[in-house]
Amino acid sequence: MSNHHAVAKTQAELAELFSQDLTSGVGRSVKHDSAAKHVSGEAQYIDDRLEFPNQLHLYARLSDRAHAKILNIDTAPCYAFDGVRIVITHEDVPGLKDIGPLLPGDPLLAIDTVQFVGQVVLAVAARDLETARKAALAAVIEYEDLEPVLDVVEAYRNQHFVLDSHTHQRGDSATALAAAKHRIQGTLHIGGQEHFYLETQISSVMPTEDGGMIVYCSTQNPTEVQKLVAEVLDVSMNKIVVDMRRMGGGFGGKETQAASPACLCAVVARLTGQPTKMRLPRVEDMLMTGKRHPFYIEYDVGFDDSGRLHGIQLELAGNCGCSPDLSNSIVDRAMFHADNAYYLGDATVNGHRCKTNTASNTAYRGFGGPQGMVAIEEVMDAIARHLALDPLAVRKANYYGKTERNVTHYYQTVEHNLLEEMTAELEASSQYAERREAIRRYNAHSPILKKGLALTPVKFGISFTASFLNQAGALIHIYTDGSIHLNHGGTEMGQGLNTKVAQVVAEVFQVDIDRVQITATNTDKVPNTSPTAASSGADLNGKAAQNAAETIKQRLVEFAARHYAVSEADVAFHNGHVRVREQILSFESLIQQAYFAQVSLSSTGFYKTPKIFYDRSQARGRPFYYFAFGAACCEVIVDTLTGEYKMLRTDILHDVGASLNPAIDTGQVEGGFIQGMGWLTMEELVWNDKGKLMTNGPASYKIPAVADMPLDLRVKLVENRKNPEDTVFHSKAVGEPPFMLGIASWCAIKDAVASLGDYRHQPNIDAPATPERVLWGCEQMRKLGAAKAVEAETEMASL
Amino acid sequence: MIQFLLNQELRSEHALDPNLTVLNYLREHVGKPGTKEGCASGDCGACTVVVGELHSDEQGERIRYRSLNACLTFVSSLHGKQLISVEDLKHQGQLHSVQQAMVECHGSQCGFCTPGFVMSLFALQKNSDAPDRDKAHEALAGNLCRCTGYRPILAAAEQACCNKPQDQFDSREAQTIARLKAIAPTHTAELNSGDKRCLVPLTVADLADLYDAYPQARLLAGGTDLALEVTQFHRTLPVMIYVGNIDEMKRIETFDDRLEIGAAAALSDCYTALRHEYPDFGELLQRFASLQIRNQGTLGGNIGNASPIGDSPPLLIALGAQIVLCKGNVRRTLALEDYFIDYRVTARQDSEFIEKIIVPKGHSGFRAYKVSKRLDDDISAVCAAFNLKIDDGVISDARVAFGGMAATPKRAQHCETVLIGAPWNAATVEHACAALAEDFTPLSDFRASKEYRLLSAQNLLRKYFIELQTPHIETRVTAYV
Repeated sequence: MSNHHAVAKTQAELAELFSQDLTSGVGRSVKHDSAAKHVSGEAQYIDDRLEFPNQLHLYARLSDRAHAKILNIDTAPCYAFDGVRIVITHEDVPGLKDIGPLLPGDPLLAIDTVQFVGQVVLAVAARDLETARKAALAAVIEYEDLEPVLDVVEAYRNQHFVLDSHTHQRGDSATALAAAKHRIQGTLHIGGQEHFYLETQISSVMPTEDGGMIVYCSTQNPTEVQKLVAEVLDVSMNKIVVDMRRMGGGFGGKETQAASPACLCAVVARLTGQPTKMRLPRVEDMLMTGKRHPFYIEYDVGFDDSGRLHGIQLELAGNCGCSPDLSNSIVDRAMFHADNAYYLGDATVNGHRCKTNTASNTAYRGFGGPQGMVAIEEVMDAIARHLALDPLAVRKANYYGKTERNVTHYYQTVEHNLLEEMTAELEASSQYAERREAIRRYNAHSPILKKGLALTPVKFGISFTASFLNQAGALIHIYTDGSIHLNHGGTEMGQGLNTKVAQVVAEVFQVDIDRVQITATNTDKVPNTSPTAASSGADLNGKAAQNAAETIKQRLVEFAARHYAVSEADVAFHNGHVRVREQILSFESLIQQAYFAQVSLSSTGFYKTPKIFYDRSQARGRPFYYFAFGAACCEVIVDTLTGEYKMLRTDILHDVGASLNPAIDTGQVEGGFIQGMGWLTMEELVWNDKGKLMTNGPASYKIPAVADMPLDLRVKLVENRKNPEDTVFHSKAVGEPPFMLGIASWCAIKDAVASLGDYRHQPNIDAPATPERVLWGCEQMRKLGAAKAVEAETEMASL
Repeated sequence: MIQFLLNQELRSEHALDPNLTVLNYLREHVGKPGTKEGCASGDCGACTVVVGELHSDEQGERIRYRSLNACLTFVSSLHGKQLISVEDLKHQGQLHSVQQAMVECHGSQCGFCTPGFVMSLFALQKNSDAPDRDKAHEALAGNLCRCTGYRPILAAAEQACCNKPQDQFDSREAQTIARLKAIAPTHTAELNSGDKRCLVPLTVADLADLYDAYPQARLLAGGTDLALEVTQFHRTLPVMIYVGNIDEMKRIETFDDRLEIGAAAALSDCYTALRHEYPDFGELLQRFASLQIRNQGTLGGNIGNASPIGDSPPLLIALGAQIVLCKGNVRRTLALEDYFIDYRVTARQDSEFIEKIIVPKGHSGFRAYKVSKRLDDDISAVCAAFNLKIDDGVISDARVAFGGMAATPKRAQHCETVLIGAPWNAATVEHACAALAEDFTPLSDFRASKEYRLLSAQNLLRKYFIELQTPHIETRVTAYV
């Protein structure tokens, strides 16, 4: 068949195709790349992979003491079980024994002491999990108990810290507080949160030549797993390959804490030469791994008659658990977000990193930011009750300005501030004022059930605050048939990152996304990657992939211009086709021609975030490239006899810049909101007085189920607001910011309860607002405000 | 040997360990890893599969499809049934309509919970005539998703129930019915491996004989509690007798003055009959665990395991329910409250089993309340049931029972004493509330403090008073679910 003949015949059709828009590029609601595989059960997770012959299964024996000296470990009884291959303790680790991500403190296997209930003391490898488990439980460990610290307030008072405290300061808060017309103080406990990724931590390791390992690990941070596996084996990083196709959820829980199973497997694989897999049963996962940091807050705030802040002192005491892990950055981010959307006036924000004998708390969606924001939202509500103002009025009075009052307490100017216009839009679309009145009327006539309403904003800083992490790489190959192989350093945990990055590549080449093959994140394709965290996945990896694609595209343009003797400006890519001045050819035809002309069709890409800098010693700088904004309005109904509640309606307006994929972004907004709501309502972590986590499975730890969704959920993305910064196609990060929309649900519950005290008193309802805490809040209101409430109800009823 | 259809393939299993769950059977024995383990305790739904059973009713013979948790189902309970897992839905390269709906509605993110949702939706579609938000909620309450926030999954449910093209299960129904009939059990089956065995009798008489012969056996009904001993506590159950194939014990009969419910009737089968008689019993059953659990779990099991936090006993006690116990060919009838003696201690003798539950009808003063951290699929902090008879403003009879307040489901005797003979007014209610503090000294645990348990128990009595006296006042947030 003559190519020339075919082209000549279809030139008109090609022109027609060329003129049409790409349907799967940037800004389109392309389906998640794995959706069809998810629903058919064909999507492979690590535990679904075919097992290697002679595969070993690993089970860890966990400490049942919160703090104890290990006197003796007897592993001999383990070997009585048929099928046991090896038992390891810290003495068997060939290289470094500590897998702390930045600072030591996380021994792979306990050395001399245990620091929390759930710490790994030894591990047994056997031919099946059940044998490994039985054998591990047969080991005899002798302890001498030491005094544990289990209470964050005790740790804070005694300055029992994993790391030094740190301060953000602007102006003189003490003087401002003393001079303020109104001044109130308060405290608040904010609970932690279990990630509850549906797929528990898992790694499967295969020994290779030269002392190397292939590590299949469900991790957000393949490079760190690579580094830690190399370190515990005492080999160089180039011997280790980490492969990560998809996680069954991460949420921060697989940023550092996925490394332990990988390293344990690697040690066993090294010692035995056999492939080794470790999948944590749910209870063990919940006992072993850290969670969102619980915080204890003290505030002292001065304000005027309008509720506007003049001065504030905030103590943010994060419960880090037993080791630093990522707590330095997490408490820092809590401090960075202790302003949320508000100009604090003269402010002193102190962050403390308290040490307790619990699992080392770790990254979790928002990374400390949510805790800082809950603290200031509690302050806003408390001010409103004190002044008998609508909480929304107090919030708006404190919003950052556009030209003044627009510098944060860490001296970053808040640019491109959408708070005011988004709040106005949401206030109107949610009919806040009308519903506020309707709720007052309802409450006046409903003695048992009370409704509450709250509208809260979100301003969330985007970038890793450890500035060097703001870099990413990508690798693109185009094969001779025109198909594209895409790889980048980000990891897919359900957030649709791979889909978005593929859309970026499709957009650059102007080809259908089906032509772009998404592949597993792999440390031997793209090296030295940052964790997929801090909402940065698409921002960083999308840009890196765009860079790689643009490099190849530029080569193609140069080639076409040369080959067809036209100027580069005459070469255009559109909808799977390329126009070279008048002539149109298919993308794959151009690729074939380029190949024969010896043009390289493979390129890496790289990106680093511009503009950011931060001097922690001065607590000044621009740690964030930009801010993402959002606002949520929640209405709830509360049973004041039991404290139970139901979310009635939630309206959300969220800012994603120019969305890369509206369906995926909406999914992040909705899912983030519900997860944030769960954190602040029903998700309660309870430890017993020995430091054991009692809520260690889904029977006792309750994440939102379908009935917890608001009856009426209305989610809208802000339209026509491109990110003014030069981000990937002017989109904004979306992973974490919507999580904090959930704060509105907690404030709405407090609003309903406050109605019992005629909105004059702030109910003391720590987070999470479980039905029990809500009932105690109701009791508090009934005692404080009974007389006034009766008076007001009578008054209202007579209207 | 047990026999069942693995989708369309006949499996005759001779030597499976009777402690093997359907989840591990699928993943490890037949190489179908689509079904996921999220918790192995029946709380997340990632392992949801669908079981088809022959069912005859006025519409004739058909296959009834039900969702259940594969992690809590022992393989022996598949005997005579059809097991459908997520791999079986895609047909001739085409996604099933429920799978297509999930894709189109962006219902998956990380995808790990997705196979379970797909199977719950499949069962929902098979059991729905039209989209119904309440039914969708009910079908999905036992499936946890940490990513999406559920909105797109509910949208998929609506789409899947709007658009129900004939699928391969419909087109093969006659054939499947014939194949199930061909393997319909005709005599007691046994699955054994080494020294472990599970016996599967078909009649009450056979059960009585077997239980007499194996008094150490554990009775397996839904297994939703028993299986936890294997999956969570890693014990071995050497002898089980599965009662789920005994038709007599699954019957629900309505008489003029009572319901008689076979002890092995699934909770989801009890729902219709109980809701009709006592709407609050229906509401509680809707919040009782999840549909997957209710499709398996039985009323007899909820009583038999004597948990202090089982939700049905307080309600049944308040209604004055009785149970019929059977041992050999001897039967006795016992008031339910007399069955519970102490924490997990009952009046049941060796080899004696609960055959049926007798629930009196016509108690118009019956109300029930469940208080939990999460509205759906959560164990009660407090479960309360009140059943007062009021004649001319005076309380002539009172039955008040609570779960979660003591080591057993228990009547509140001091409270009842205050109530009986007293005028039905706020002052009496306050006296009765005070008496509850004499009846109960609840414990603090991760679900609730003892103070909260007592105060909410008292407040539930106050609420009961308000509901009966001033029904126009709204008292339940569950009305908004």
